Amino acid sequence: MLNDADRIFTNIYGWGDTGLKGARARGDWDKTAKLLALGHDEIVERMKASGLRGRGGAGFPTGLKWSFMPKEVKDRPHYLVVNADESEPGTCKDRDIIRHEPHKLLEGCVVAGFAMRAHVAYIYIRGEFVNEARRLQTAIDEAYDAGLLGKNAVKSGWAFDIYLHRGAGAYICGEETALLESLEGRKGQPRLKPPFPAGVGLYGCPTTVNNVESIAVAPTILRRGADWFASLGKENNTGTKLFCISGHVNNPCNVEEEMGIPLRELLEKHAGGVRGGWANLLAVIPGGSSTPLMPIDVCADITMDFDALRNAGTGLGTAGVIVMDKSTDVVQAIARLSYFYKHESCGQCTPCREGTGWMWRMMERLVSGEAENYEIDTLEQVTRQIEGHTICALGDAAAWPIQGLIKHFRPEIERRIAARHSIDAVNAAE
Amino acid sequence: MSIESLIASNQPKSFKFSRENEAEIKRVIAKYPKGRQASAVMPLLDLAQRQHDNWIPMKAIELIASKLDMAEIRVLEVATFYTMFNLKPVGQFFLQACTTTPCWLRGSDEMMRAIKDRYNIDSGETSACGRFSLLEVECLGACVNAPILQVNDDFYEDLDYQTTIDLLESLEAGVPLAAGSVLGRVGSEAIEGATTLASIKSKKAAAWAAKKRSSTNVK
Repeated sequence: MLNDADRIFTNIYGWGDTGLKGARARGDWDKTAKLLALGHDEIVERMKASGLRGRGGAGFPTGLKWSFMPKEVKDRPHYLVVNADESEPGTCKDRDIIRHEPHKLLEGCVVAGFAMRAHVAYIYIRGEFVNEARRLQTAIDEAYDAGLLGKNAVKSGWAFDIYLHRGAGAYICGEETALLESLEGRKGQPRLKPPFPAGVGLYGCPTTVNNVESIAVAPTILRRGADWFASLGKENNTGTKLFCISGHVNNPCNVEEEMGIPLRELLEKHAGGVRGGWANLLAVIPGGSSTPLMPIDVCADITMDFDALRNAGTGLGTAGVIVMDKSTDVVQAIARLSYFYKHESCGQCTPCREGTGWMWRMMERLVSGEAENYEIDTLEQVTRQIEGHTICALGDAAAWPIQGLIKHFRPEIERRIAARHSIDAVNAAE
Repeated sequence: MSIESLIASNQPKSFKFSRENEAEIKRVIAKYPKGRQASAVMPLLDLAQRQHDNWIPMKAIELIASKLDMAEIRVLEVATFYTMFNLKPVGQFFLQACTTTPCWLRGSDEMMRAIKDRYNIDSGETSACGRFSLLEVECLGACVNAPILQVNDDFYEDLDYQTTIDLLESLEAGVPLAAGSVLGRVGSEAIEGATTLASIKSKKAAAWAAKKRSSTNVK
C-alpha cells in the first residue's frame, strides 16, 4: 500500500483548512517561482519524464500534450483550459480536489500555463457543482489577494490570470472540443479534429485542455522530482491516482493509491470489500461508465492501470470503479447507462443521435426479455456501427458498455428471453 | 419538439436585471477577450434564472441577446441545449434526483419512492402545494456518496428512504438539514473511517472540519 508520505492529495477528505493558509501549510505555493525558473521547456521535459498520463480518461501522456503547443507565441495568445466538467458516471475525484484542495489546482494552472506559454487559464466546471465553484472562486480570490495570480504571478514576472466558467448540465462538454464550443457561448457540440486544439483551440488560438487531476498533481511532481513520481506504480503507468469506489462495497470511498494496485486489494483494503464478501461479486466497471464491465474471474487478478485494463478489453478511464454484487440486475444496470448516453448525446452525428436511442430501447427489451435471441447479435452489430463513426467518443462510450455486457453476460440475457417466452406460452395456452 | 412545449405559456411582459446583477454582468464579460462576449451567455442565463425564481422568461433571452450582441435564436439555442436552464416555472425547492447506475446501485429507487410517496409527483412535475418540483437527472458526479439528491444548489448525499423523508420534512419546515452526507461524512472518506492519511490527520484539522461543517449551508 502507498505510504501517506507519497500521497499528493493530503487533504482530499477535507479534514484540514481548504483555504490558502491551510494549503500553504501542506506545501502548496511553496516557492512556485523557483519551479517556473526551470523554464518552459524544462518543465515539459520533466513532466514527460514523470510518465504522467492524463487523468481525464484517455490516458494520453500529459507532458507530450503540453509539448504540442507552439514554442513561440505569435499573433494568437495561448490558453490553458482545465476540464472540471466531471460527469462520467462513477467519477467524483475532481469534485474533491476542487472543494478540498483548490490551491493545488490553481498552482498547477500557473505551472502548466507557464510551461505552455499561456497567460490565461479558464477552468470549466460543471454547472451542478455550485458550492464547489464557490469554494474554487474563493480560492482564486485568495490567490489574487496574495499576489499568486495576476500581473506578476508568484513574483515570477509572468502574468497569469485564472477565470472560472460554469457549465449548465451537459455531459458532452467533458469532451474537449465541445467544452471549447461551450466556453465560446454555443451549444456543446464537438468539433472535428484536426485541427487539434493545440493549433486551433479556444477562440481559434493554441489551447491545451487538461483534466483537473492532471493539472493538480503537476506542482508536486516538479517539486519532488519526476523520478519520484516515476518510481511509483508500474512502467508506462506511473505515479499515484485517485480512485473512486462506488456501488456494492461496504465503504464506498475516494482514495489515492499507486497505479497498478490489484483491484481486489483496492476494494478490500480501502472500501471494506464487496458487500457479502468477494464471492458475492458479480462484476466491476473499472473506469467510469463507458468502460466495459469485467466479471469476477477477470476481477480476481487484474491490476488497476491503463495497460492491464486495456489488455483485459476494458480501460482505466477515470478510475471510477463501480462495483456490482450478485443481487444486481446487470442488464438493467447497463440499460440505465444506455439511457444516460441517449440523454447526453448532443445530436450532431446521426449514428450517435439515432443509435443511442435505438440501443437504449433494445436494452429495455432485453431487460424484460421481450426479444428474440438473434436480436442480441443485431444489437452487438449496431454497437459496432456506432463505434468509431462519430465525431467524438460519446458514440464509442455508449457502445462499449453494451459490448461488455453481451461479451460476459450473454447467457443471462438469453435466460431472460427464454423465461419470457415460456411465460408468453403459458398465457397463450390459457 | 416545438418551442411551445419547452417554454412557459404564461410569460412576463418585461425583464430587467437587478442593479447588483448589472454590475456582476460587467465583471463576467470582462473575463473574456474583447469581442468574445458571447462566452458570457451561460453565466448571464444563470444570473437571469437566479433572479427570476429559478426560471428564465423569454424576455430575459431577448435582453441577454441584445447585451451580448447575439441573435436571439443563438441564446435560445443555448438555453434549450443545457439541462440546468429552466424555461418554465419550478417549485421553491427544485429536487434533482440522480438515478444513474452508481446511484441506482445504492438505492436511488428508494429515494425516488420517498419523494413520490410524499408529494405524489413524477419526474417533471410539481407538488400540489407548488413548492416542490422533481426532476430525474443524470449523474451528478458524487457517486461515492450515492444516492444524491440535489435541492436547488445543495447536494444531499448517502440518502435512503427514511433520510429522504427527513430531508423533505426539514425543507417543508423551513429548517433545511445541513447539506452534504446525511451520514456525517465530511467528504468521500470511508464511512467506517478512512484507510489513508491517518498519519496526517491532526486533532486540529478534525476540529476545523467539524466547525466548517456546522457553519455551512445554513440558509
